[in-house]
Amino acid sequence: MTTAALSSAPLSKAALFEAQAVKNSARRNRLLSLPALTIIGVFGVLPLIIICVYSFLAAAPYGGVQWQFSTDAYLNFVFQRDIFDDTLQFTPDFLIIYLRSFLFAVVTTVICLLLGFPTAYFMATRPPAQRNWWVLLITIPFWSNLLVRTLAIMFIIRDEGLINNALIGLGVIDKPITMLYTNFAIQLGLLYAFLPFMVLPLYSSLEKLDFRLIEAAYDLYATRRQVLWRVIIPLSKPGIIAGCLLVFIPALGAYVTPLILGGGIHLMIGDLIAQQFGSGRNWPLGCAQALILMAAVLVALYFYVRNTSGKVQHG
Amino acid sequence: MGIALKSRVAAPQLPSRPAYGDNQPGTHLPPRAGSLNGVIVPEQPGKNAIEVRGVRKVFGTGENQVAALDTVSVSIRENEFFTLLGPSGCGKTTLLRLIAGFDFPTAGEILLHGQDIAPLPPYKRPVNTVFQSYALFPHMTVAQNIGFGLEMLGKPKGEIEARVAQMLKLVKMEALKGRRTSQISGGQQQRVALARALAPQPKVLLLDEPLSALDYKLRKEMQIELKRLQHETGITFIFVTHDQEEALTMSDRIAVMSAGKILQVGSPRDIYDRPAERFVADFIGETNFLPGTVVSKQAGVATVKFASNATISAGYPEGFDPSGEVTLVVRPEHADLVPDPAKGTITGTLSNIVYFGTDTHYHVKLDGGGENFIVRHQNSRSSAVTYETGAKVGIQFEEDAARVLKD
Repeated sequence: MTTAALSSAPLSKAALFEAQAVKNSARRNRLLSLPALTIIGVFGVLPLIIICVYSFLAAAPYGGVQWQFSTDAYLNFVFQRDIFDDTLQFTPDFLIIYLRSFLFAVVTTVICLLLGFPTAYFMATRPPAQRNWWVLLITIPFWSNLLVRTLAIMFIIRDEGLINNALIGLGVIDKPITMLYTNFAIQLGLLYAFLPFMVLPLYSSLEKLDFRLIEAAYDLYATRRQVLWRVIIPLSKPGIIAGCLLVFIPALGAYVTPLILGGGIHLMIGDLIAQQFGSGRNWPLGCAQALILMAAVLVALYFYVRNTSGKVQHG
Repeated sequence: MGIALKSRVAAPQLPSRPAYGDNQPGTHLPPRAGSLNGVIVPEQPGKNAIEVRGVRKVFGTGENQVAALDTVSVSIRENEFFTLLGPSGCGKTTLLRLIAGFDFPTAGEILLHGQDIAPLPPYKRPVNTVFQSYALFPHMTVAQNIGFGLEMLGKPKGEIEARVAQMLKLVKMEALKGRRTSQISGGQQQRVALARALAPQPKVLLLDEPLSALDYKLRKEMQIELKRLQHETGITFIFVTHDQEEALTMSDRIAVMSAGKILQVGSPRDIYDRPAERFVADFIGETNFLPGTVVSKQAGVATVKFASNATISAGYPEGFDPSGEVTLVVRPEHADLVPDPAKGTITGTLSNIVYFGTDTHYHVKLDGGGENFIVRHQNSRSSAVTYETGAKVGIQFEEDAARVLKD
């Protein structure tokens, strides 16, 4: 009886101390996340709410918004109001731009994956001491501004640019091939801008790959192709998913590259939205277009992640 | 290419003493090709599962060249449990990887049932491997892992399922077939790795230190399990280990390797009782080394004189001509203490007594100097004589206990 009473006293003290420690650490964790949460709140969530609200307001004639509820922005996305009789007419112009952007983004992602995977595999199979150098090489483009790099591409592919001059000098062609301000130029610019975003996540997941598993697969009668499809690709799926998202989403909303290399002729979503806030002077439409883009990305993302993670499950 | 057909490494295969029922008393092994009641049948060329002929493997280039294997030749028989034993870096894993096809020999041939497989990629060799790390596919279930090899061979689905079920039963893993490999214990992973390698019914199974990651008790269990599996499947096992005890208890034959060479090939009893070289005697079990001088020799037995003028007759391996100053090896359990120094072949002072439960080790400081001589005594209820440290004792040797070896 007495021993029980004696032993229970320090025990409960210890328990109290533990409870206090747990509480303290929970509070500390909340405090640690506060700066990041503040930034996300003020510069991420708040602007999003503003965009959401603006998209349901009417446009003011010289930019800005009028505080008056209106769904015109969303209607204008697919319809055009006739100036004379006020009827709505279906106009797919914006949809076409969205579709084209989508195609550009998909092609960019696929080509980046096809080019990036062998690159990342090569990097991951170098001796460990060499690997960091390869990572450094991949990140070199980040050392200069995207705008500058895009302008550099312009100088390479324009009519009097490096490629055309070289080809003419060699006598392969006698008239310059027009590359600048074409879809090709935009595609090239997008590939160039986003390839590192594919290579790096692929590399980080391939680097973690246990290469003894590849030996095991060879040992179990898998050919090179089977090893690739049954072992390497399933195991690097997290890197593939991350890389595709990191390329697809920014490629879809790319602004600088299509503007400079497309010459404003071949619009992509980014230019379109920017136009609404600039020369278009239709802020609500710009907001609506941005939100529609976001919704489209979210839907695409949902299906993509659901499909790919499903495949991982089934092996 | 001139290939040294004559094996420079395979030791003479002396017939073992048949009375000891090989190394696994109590198991009813059917007569195996190559081994009958422990008597080694002379090599039959057609009955070899694997023949390694003059294989060299050099890693690196230029000045950094390292010969991992230095002209190794060995024959491994069908249905044999063959062990490559040696310290780390001796080339045993390299030899295994050459047989598996992960590396290719710099020179020499590797024959599988008479066909040279050295230039074939791993996926064209009917040989499977159990890896030290198990290398189970983490993105597949236990059953998918086991079925992988059969699937790659393009077997029909029904056959794969039946075979996987059979394998799961063989390694007693039926209950966990749907689990991920990350969700099972080390011992269970080991079983899955075994089942996966056995499922395609390879001609030869290679095991690269598969038990080294397991704790002592589990390792003992798996040793018995492996013997049972080899027995039930009838597949030739080539087992790599640095654990001499593991090698002795499990193998039909052992190849002892050091510095890229095979020093001796023989049954566990051969290797233990009749080591061909000093390294083999030292690496396997405990051994006493005694300096002596050869007085005379005839028919494989030399008479060796100690500093104390006592003489002893000692066997020596074939192809070795002992003369002058030599080293004798004597196993601790093949020597006996006698309380009266006058009755001992050699004499000394007891410096230490170490009790091990099953037996006791007596460390004797020899009168002639040199290293301590260790005598191992099995403890019994009726151990009559008790010794005290500091006592003068004599050491007697059992018949055939001493052997003269090459340094």
